[in-house]
Amino acid sequence: MPIKFRHDVDQVLDDAKTQQRPVLLDFSAAPM
Amino acid sequence: MWPDERVVHLVNENFLPARVHVKEDAELFKRYSERYKAPWTPTILLLDSNGVEHYRIEGFLPADDLLAQLMLGRARLAFDQQQWVDAERRFREIVEKLPNTEAAPEAQYWAGVARYKATGDPASLKATGQAFKQRYQDTTWAKKASVWR
Repeated sequence: MPIKFRHDVDQVLDDAKTQQRPVLLDFSAAPM
Repeated sequence: MWPDERVVHLVNENFLPARVHVKEDAELFKRYSERYKAPWTPTILLLDSNGVEHYRIEGFLPADDLLAQLMLGRARLAFDQQQWVDAERRFREIVEKLPNTEAAPEAQYWAGVARYKATGDPASLKATGQAFKQRYQDTTWAKKASVWR
């Protein structure tokens, strides 16, 4: 099962606050 | 390496994962790379629930080293939040499971610090200094712990 990266970073940060969970933010240039 | 199952498990268990791609998400990349001063790829930031950076991994790493760095970053998050017992457990897990990575001696150092913070007992620092006589003698972390012997 792959990592389900989200691209809506603003929403991820809001969700992190609500869920009190840390965030992994990946700056990538890898082929998509 | 992201396809590594251990990395996938660790990330999904511990973090909300987000990605900004330099080309596919160009506008977001610009905004967040400026905000977090992260102009290079690959760069991985570990943020707390308020979006504050606690750990950074820059450049490619093989799977074992990436896993160890992610575990180290997760442990640092616990440490920064003064969750000493949890932090120590996480640091020691790195030394136990990934002893040959560069993260391991750093984890051994911080495990001793976390125990000291939890207990106030300087014996934990002394024991850590002694542990560096047995393992990771030639690392910067052994030098840093040498004052505790």
